[in-house]
Amino acid sequence: MELRKNYFADVRKDDLHEIGQPRPRSDSPGHVTGKTAFFADRSFPGMLHLKMVRSPHHHARIRSIDTSEAEKHPGVAKILTARDVPHNVYTILILIQVGPEDETVLADGKVRWKGEAVVAVLAETERAAQEAAAKVKIDYEVLPAVFDMEEALKPGAPLVNEYHGQNYYLYDSGECRKVRFGDVEAGFASADHILEQSYQSSPIEHAPTETTGCVVAPEGNDRFTCYTNTQAMFFTLDNTSIILQMPGSKLHFVGGTVGGGFGGKVDVIVEPIAILGAKLTGRPVSFVYSREEEMQISSPRAAEKVVIKDGVMKDGRIVARKVTGYTDAGAYSRHSPYGAQKGAGHYPGPYTIPNVWIDTYCVYTNRTPSSAMRGFGVTIGDFALEVQMDKLSRLIGMDPLEFRFINAYRDGDMKAHRQPTEGAALIECMQEASRAANWPVAEKFMAMSSYRKGA
Amino acid sequence: MAIRRGRGVAAINYPTGMNLGGDPTQALVHSTPTGNFMVTLSSVDLGQGMKQIMAQICAETIGVPTDRVVVDTADTDTGPHCMGTFASRGTHRAGNAVIQAAREARQVMLEVAAEELEVNASDLETDGQGNILVKGAPQKSISIFDVALSAHFKRGRSISGRGMFLIPRSYPEKETGAMKPSTCYAHACTVAEVEVDDETGEVTVLTVKNVFEIGRALNPKMVEQQLVGGSWMGISHALYETTEPYYPNRDHGGTDFNQYLMPGPGDLAQTEIIVLERPSADGPYGAKGPGEMCANPQIPAVANAVFDAVGVRIDTLPITPERILRALKAQAAN
Repeated sequence: MELRKNYFADVRKDDLHEIGQPRPRSDSPGHVTGKTAFFADRSFPGMLHLKMVRSPHHHARIRSIDTSEAEKHPGVAKILTARDVPHNVYTILILIQVGPEDETVLADGKVRWKGEAVVAVLAETERAAQEAAAKVKIDYEVLPAVFDMEEALKPGAPLVNEYHGQNYYLYDSGECRKVRFGDVEAGFASADHILEQSYQSSPIEHAPTETTGCVVAPEGNDRFTCYTNTQAMFFTLDNTSIILQMPGSKLHFVGGTVGGGFGGKVDVIVEPIAILGAKLTGRPVSFVYSREEEMQISSPRAAEKVVIKDGVMKDGRIVARKVTGYTDAGAYSRHSPYGAQKGAGHYPGPYTIPNVWIDTYCVYTNRTPSSAMRGFGVTIGDFALEVQMDKLSRLIGMDPLEFRFINAYRDGDMKAHRQPTEGAALIECMQEASRAANWPVAEKFMAMSSYRKGA
Repeated sequence: MAIRRGRGVAAINYPTGMNLGGDPTQALVHSTPTGNFMVTLSSVDLGQGMKQIMAQICAETIGVPTDRVVVDTADTDTGPHCMGTFASRGTHRAGNAVIQAAREARQVMLEVAAEELEVNASDLETDGQGNILVKGAPQKSISIFDVALSAHFKRGRSISGRGMFLIPRSYPEKETGAMKPSTCYAHACTVAEVEVDDETGEVTVLTVKNVFEIGRALNPKMVEQQLVGGSWMGISHALYETTEPYYPNRDHGGTDFNQYLMPGPGDLAQTEIIVLERPSADGPYGAKGPGEMCANPQIPAVANAVFDAVGVRIDTLPITPERILRALKAQAAN
């Protein structure tokens, strides 16, 4: 790595003592010698292990659940169903008033994705819990499922989630989050060329070294200590308090070093049910995802579809950009309505375009609920935007890097979501990339600056 | 049939924080009798090194070496509220809270030192080595250890501080979408060079040159670890990863690392990282949040390089050999 101090030297003081120094990490020796404590290093006498009975169907009505044989299995301590959960229907972003509550901790009457938790089994060993889980009998009536976002948005499509009533999230702005800036149709009318292209991504896994999980210990004072690898301590505590209808003062969450999160540990999934198990049995409980659960059950990054329509001039100026983004939330909201909205605030990318129209949709389908992941609401948009930029530059016969200089945002430029640009540095990054990659651009671009006089 | 070479570029920006929900983090700082400082938080260290960075920020602000600071975090009984470690917000939000708390603690420390040295607190400065000196008369000094002892056992003062950083929630305007979705923005430009085997569809990323603008590299070694890892993750995202290879079809999802593909050590591109620093107006010592941003530009840069190499556009992620071969076949048929 190289620090190029010649850029922005006029706005930066390099007179600090501790900041800017490559100090060795104080936690590294523990990591490399195996001494760092992770949540799963905790083990308590009498600890129970929790395993989930999961839906084998993408969409089905639950006619009946029979746990009688599972209960007789040796080592089983407790079996939990929806009726054991005090506030079973929840949604995590209710903490910032993004409702409605649309997801069940344990399925109640219906399953909406293959892998959804229906029954929780607590037993002396992981093996006993797994074996007993296989003995739970659930009678399903399979329902038509929908997997494709376009199909899901058509009239007459199977309804994924009754708590929404339609297969998309209803924002205060309607069926999508909208950004309107300038007059996009006038922009297209004045353009030399129009290019409309569609981009698609597939769900991906966070793949942390340490899978999602927690260990819960009931304390002598009627409190519960939850050792967890959540990325957000109070977010999880507050949601658990709602789901279990338990005062927050009864809950003590302890984290520590997490073996990788990447956004995959911001959902509140394992803690509430493990604490409920500890409460109802009076015993410590461990609930840790297997690698298979981490990959197919825990939320992936959403698949997204992005349609971009641009109007561009022969001289390289983009005069209009229309973006329609679709985020595949799967069966439940989790953080997806936020991610789709974040996308609306990110388009049209780091370029100054006078006419912009953005619609971002959060769509429900019968698949594993997606949620946050590194680059949430932005990564796939950037893929689409930057491939589109490449196509536009070739369409008008211009060098792809020079084309970006022409459109790059600079200090003071008004963004589509009506915030003035501050602290821009795209131009300088491209100038340095031009040098580093030996990708020459015209001298006038190398002389540009993100600064503007008076800005 | 041949190995074809191509290169592609992408330029991006990335928002710091999650203002669309309200974005608070708090911190407490106090001294022990030995003159060490405790930072108490409830933020989570995901392995990226948050504790180390908070220690350096606290040390810089108080004016002591970093090894005099201990960070206690991720405990809801002891740590004040933090929204969480996500949205590239950890260093920015918690760092600002730590600065505020450390400033308050530093002020008390200087007041106690002033009483001991019989001068005005405003005439004192720290030497960064654990001592407090009178400005212009450095022979008149006191160690922070002695100041802490005095505060605890003689003066009855608590060398401590409270820090709070809150970005108020921004509500998007319904019709126009006017909003303030984040605070500062990090930037990047990546050039990727690939080889594509037009017989097998296999892509080899030869080099990836990343320029990142991150506000301020608070700890350059840790910046490097995050940016190199992010660059690798971006390439992995571009070419390998998915839980649903035939999305929207639900079949063939991987359940372990034999089925869920990622590049191994032998697949790593020659990686170059160049860092620019334009300090942000509101970041701790100018830092921005580059944690998420650094994994993004490689994806379109690789996609554009594949086109440059073989003349087909793969607009669906991941860019698998199968997709490349199908596109080449369609291209030949036209």
